[in-house]
Amino acid sequence: MYNFVEHGGKVTENTANEDPILYEQFMARIEAGEKIEADDWMPEEYRQTLIKLISMHGISEIMGALPEKEWTPKAPTLKRKLGIMAKVQDEMGHGQLLLRVSEDLLKPYGKQREDLMQDLLKGDLKFHNVFHMATKTWADAGVVGWLVDGAAIISQTNMLDASYGPYQRALQRICAEEVFHAQHGEAIIMALAEGTEEQRNMLQDAVNRWWPALLMFFGPGSASTTGSSKQEVTTKYKIRKSSNEELRQAFLDKYLPRVFSLGLSVPDDTLYYNEGEKRWVYQQPDWNEFKQIIGNNGPRSKERLRLREIAYENNRWVRQALAPYPAYS
Amino acid sequence: MTNIESADQAKQDSSYREVLTELLYQLADDDFIVSFRGSEWLGLAPHIEEDVSFSSITQNTMGHAVLYYQLLEELGEGEADVLAHERPPEKRRNAIYLEKQNGDGSYLDEPYYDWALTVIRQYLYETFKKVKLEALTKSSYVPLADAAQKVLMEQTYHLAHWKTWVRQLQDSTEEAKTRLQSRLKEAWGEFLDVLELGPKANDMEKHQLIVAESVLQKKWLEEIKETLAVIPAEPLQKNKGSGRNTEHTQDLTQALVTLSEVYDQDKNAVW
Repeated sequence: MYNFVEHGGKVTENTANEDPILYEQFMARIEAGEKIEADDWMPEEYRQTLIKLISMHGISEIMGALPEKEWTPKAPTLKRKLGIMAKVQDEMGHGQLLLRVSEDLLKPYGKQREDLMQDLLKGDLKFHNVFHMATKTWADAGVVGWLVDGAAIISQTNMLDASYGPYQRALQRICAEEVFHAQHGEAIIMALAEGTEEQRNMLQDAVNRWWPALLMFFGPGSASTTGSSKQEVTTKYKIRKSSNEELRQAFLDKYLPRVFSLGLSVPDDTLYYNEGEKRWVYQQPDWNEFKQIIGNNGPRSKERLRLREIAYENNRWVRQALAPYPAYS
Repeated sequence: MTNIESADQAKQDSSYREVLTELLYQLADDDFIVSFRGSEWLGLAPHIEEDVSFSSITQNTMGHAVLYYQLLEELGEGEADVLAHERPPEKRRNAIYLEKQNGDGSYLDEPYYDWALTVIRQYLYETFKKVKLEALTKSSYVPLADAAQKVLMEQTYHLAHWKTWVRQLQDSTEEAKTRLQSRLKEAWGEFLDVLELGPKANDMEKHQLIVAESVLQKKWLEEIKETLAVIPAEPLQKNKGSGRNTEHTQDLTQALVTLSEVYDQDKNAVW
C-alpha cells in the first residue's frame, strides 16, 4: 500500500559492510527475477527496507480498520452493514498476514509481534497518512472504500512482482480482495451521487476533505520534498517498479474521469491535463503537513492510537492467560 | 399438522402467522443485537487473529438476522431494512442480556470493553442458538427449517470458537478464572430471558414451529455442563426483565440510536 519509508539513508553507506560476493550473487538472483525467501541470505539494507515497508503496510491495514469501524455499526442498510463488516474484516486479515511476514524478517533481531505493537504505541512504527484522517459522515466510508482502496490497488499492484517471495504472495491475495473493496466503496458512492441533494452534498464534502490526503497517499515525488524517501532503494531491489509520481499519475488517470463523470469536482482550480506531457498538473499538497500527519500529529492520530492503547492495556489479562506460562506478569 | 411450505400459505392461517412472526422477531432481533455488539469490538479484540475471527462471526451473525428479517418481510411485516432500523424498543423481542453494553465507554471513545463478558455471553448464546437451530430444522414452517439448516452450517464454527475461549481461559490464570466466574454469575441472573420463547411459547409448540421451552432449556444446560468448569448453584433468572415481552433497558436505546443514525438522516433515501 505504501511507498514512503522513513529514515532513508544513502545506498552506498548501507551496503558498505556487506560481503561483496554474497551481495553480487543476491543481486544476480533478483535481476534474474528469482524470489527471495525468508531463510535466504539477504543484504542488511534489503531486510531493513522490507521490515519498514511491510510492518508499516501491516500496521496500516490494522489502523486502517479504525476509521471505517467508526461507521460500521452505523451503516444505513442491512446490505451496507454486511458489506462494510466484510470489508473491515478483510483489512484485519491483511494486517495479520503482513505482520506474519514481518515477524519472519524480524527473527534475526529477536523481535516479534509484541515489539511491533509497542513500536506503534511509542510512535516508532508509523501508519499510513490516510488513516490519521477524520471520517465525518457516511460518505467518508464510501470515499475510503472507493478512492483510498483504489489508490491502494494502484500502489500494491506495483509490487505484485516484488522480489521478496512472502510479501509478493501475500500481495496477490490482498490485491484481489482490494478490488472488492473498491467496488463496495463505489456502490456506496453511486447511491449517494444518484441520491438526494443532501446526499450529493455530503459526498462532495467528503471528496473535498479527502483530496489532499489522497495526493499524499503515494508519498512525495522525491526525497528533496520531505528529506527522506526510500523509493530509490525499493526500486533497486525490485520490490517496486514505478515511482511515487508515476503511481499518483496512474491514480489521477483512473479516478479523475470517474469523479467528473459523477458530476463531482476536486478542490483544485489549477488542475489540468497536459496533453503534451501526458500528465496531470495539480497543486502539491502541503508536504510539511504530511510529515506532521505521519508523525502522529494528524487530525485523528491521537484518538486512533488511544483506541489501540486501551485495547492493549485492557486485554493484558487475556494475553497473560493465553501465555505458555500463565504465571508470568 | 402438515408442513407450511410458503409465506402465502402461512398467511392463510392468521393464528399460525401471528405465532410464526413472533418467533421470527425473537430470532432476528437476537442475532441483530448480538452482531451489533460484536461490530463495536472491531479493532479492540485481545489480538489480531481474534479480531479477524470475531469480525467474521459478527458478519455471519448479521447475515443470519437478515435471513429472518427477510422471512418477516415475505410474511407482510414490512421491508427488512425498516424492521431492522425503525422499530422502537417497545417492539423489539431480543433478550435483555444480549443488549447489554460491552463494557464502559463507547466504541468510539475510551472503550473499556470486557472480554470476559463477551466470552461468556457469546458462549452461552451460541450454545443456545445451536440447540434452537437444531429444533428449528424440524419446524412446520419449511422456509424457517431451511434457513435454520443453512445457519447451522456456519454457526457450528462460531460455537466451537467460543467454546475454545471458555476452555482456555477457565484453565489459565486466577485472574481469568475470577473474571469468567463473575460474568457467569451475572449471566445466571439474566439469562433465563434468552432461554424463553415469550408469551406465545405454548402456541409455538402447538403449531410445531419449535419444541417446548423446557426441552430447549434442558438440552442447553446439558451442553454447557460439558464445557463450563463451574455452574452456579442458584436457579436461572431474568432479573432485568423480559425482552421477549418487549421490556428493554437504556442499552438497547443506545444501540438503536447508533445503528440507525445514518438511516434516520433520510428514511426515504436510497443508501
